[in-house]
Amino acid sequence: MVFLSFINNLINGVSLGSVYAIIALGYTMVYGIAKMLNFAHGDIIMVGAYVCFFMVSSFGLNPVFGILSAILVCTVLGILIEQLAYKPLRQANSLAVLITAIGVSYFLQNAAQLMWTSNPRIFPAIFGNGGLQLAGGQLMVPYKTLVTIGVCVIIMVGLILFTGKTRTGKAMRACSEDKEAAQLMGINVNRTISITFAIGSALAAVAGVLLCASYPKLIPTTGSMPGIKAFTAAVFGGIGSIPGAFLGGILLGVIEIFSSAYLSTELANAIVFLVLIVVLLVKPTGLLGKRTSEKV
Amino acid sequence: MKRLIMRGETRKNFITYGIVIIAYVLLLVLSSTGMMSSALQGLLVPTCTYIIAALSLNLTVGVLGELSLGHAGFMSVGAFSGVTVSMALADVVPAPWARMVLAIVVGAVLAAAAGFVVGIPVLRLRGDYLAIVTLAFGEIIKTVVTNLYVGKDSSGLRLGFLDPNIGLGQGGMMIVNGPNGISGIKKLSTFTAGFLVIMLCLIIIFNMVNSRSGRAIMALRDNRIAAESVGINVTKYKLMAFVVSAAMAGAAGALYGLSQNTVTANKFDFNTSILILVFVVLGGLGNMRGSIIAATVLYILPETWLRQFSDYRMLLYAVVLIVTMLVTNTNKVRSVIDRLLPHKIKAREEEKEHV
Repeated sequence: MVFLSFINNLINGVSLGSVYAIIALGYTMVYGIAKMLNFAHGDIIMVGAYVCFFMVSSFGLNPVFGILSAILVCTVLGILIEQLAYKPLRQANSLAVLITAIGVSYFLQNAAQLMWTSNPRIFPAIFGNGGLQLAGGQLMVPYKTLVTIGVCVIIMVGLILFTGKTRTGKAMRACSEDKEAAQLMGINVNRTISITFAIGSALAAVAGVLLCASYPKLIPTTGSMPGIKAFTAAVFGGIGSIPGAFLGGILLGVIEIFSSAYLSTELANAIVFLVLIVVLLVKPTGLLGKRTSEKV
Repeated sequence: MKRLIMRGETRKNFITYGIVIIAYVLLLVLSSTGMMSSALQGLLVPTCTYIIAALSLNLTVGVLGELSLGHAGFMSVGAFSGVTVSMALADVVPAPWARMVLAIVVGAVLAAAAGFVVGIPVLRLRGDYLAIVTLAFGEIIKTVVTNLYVGKDSSGLRLGFLDPNIGLGQGGMMIVNGPNGISGIKKLSTFTAGFLVIMLCLIIIFNMVNSRSGRAIMALRDNRIAAESVGINVTKYKLMAFVVSAAMAGAAGALYGLSQNTVTANKFDFNTSILILVFVVLGGLGNMRGSIIAATVLYILPETWLRQFSDYRMLLYAVVLIVTMLVTNTNKVRSVIDRLLPHKIKAREEEKEHV
């Protein structure tokens, strides 16, 4: 019985971690290329969840259309934000961009509050309530958990292939390495950055839907805490690294579920952050981060 | 040449002192003659506390050059320790002003201690990694305070963590009540106290910046490797700036706590840290006068002028924030400003020469 509950917690941890990982992948890609902390990322998650919610609950559409429309809206939103708010600040110092991102985050939260009020909405069970029976019916793995983990793995593999094999992906890596050199090689840096934002926002939409499938309470600030934690996960795994974001996200989710199951629910968040601090002290650039030597 | 620069800087500092003093006298006259609405009067002390918090964060971000995303954590430490002390000593120290001073001092000292503990590991890291760890510490402080229980009975203070049953004796009084925080606080802090703490912080910061230590700290900000190679002790000076900054935030927290009926740990969350950071960045990094103005305007604005837009006020606040950043940081707007104000170009060129 103890073993089964351990396995159950582990699965829940990996499931939550997968959501963090998807958000963290978006964070890490944007950070890697634009060198900015996109604080509005968490709020794009919220927008994605709301879009899917209205498509499914109000218009009674198939959840697949709900997810696709969430991805579409968030991608457009991401590109729009990038063009209007971040692009004019390409040459500005990083703190100015950070504050602008915070402004965008406030804007999205308050716009959501005005449009959709702060009454919590209960997200529909789009993946059904059933599950896979294991160990003679003693252990049930809900389908939503399986979908979440599966989608996360597919996205990570897809992103590794995309950045490794395609022309656009290679351009992204070149831009994150050295923007000026990339430009000299004929890469359209501005367009590449926009594509990165679009991909990051699409991932945020997927994460929003998956997050709300497991934790159905939807309010305008739904995205902030997962956003902060996913950002932590990205740093944890080494910011800028795609496998790092995946690993960081999964570990963070597992640590969070385990500490609330075995230690204390109230202290779960504190334990997550404590582990982060310890890891960064031992390995200052995160688990899979590259250690760059300083030029003097 | 050097003396000339110093004189310019000193003059600037005295202008800042002057602005604060004039603003204080003006507001005091307005509020005592009843020309100020009671809503605005209620904002005076919180505004002072946010000014102090912005000044202290500017020391970390502007002077030391490290981004901190957990500054509200130190305010939290100051608020909870300060208010606890003022309530626990209600019978021993009858004079309200003495209790307030005691609360501010205790808040500052404990926040400084927290700054020291946090600073030792944090300051070993760099850049965004340092920022994320300060964020983590801010969240940890919030969680710890949320689960803290402090009570007072005849045998003294009783502490509890996670467990509300701290075994209070007869006639005992709960002070810090976990997630409910502290309630029934006597509003001890006054506008004058806020003003005095602001002045004290300004004096400390200006003298620190113009001292040997201050130059060492700024040298670390501008080029850590060069500073290290001329024998500046990195840990010592970084920690010095960080601890002083934490102490000021603690004082601000104590002052804030004593201006409210209730304080809860959630008041000092990530959003509060970000709010203070916004004041600092909009005011200008390292520019104390800018911090004061930005904190005042941005704190008062949503509560007063933007009130007429009711539901839309926070949305407008966000738009103001984004537009301000876009306007002040794009080259096109800069060149227009330069054309309108030719002396600014000169000032910037002079600045470049010194670099």
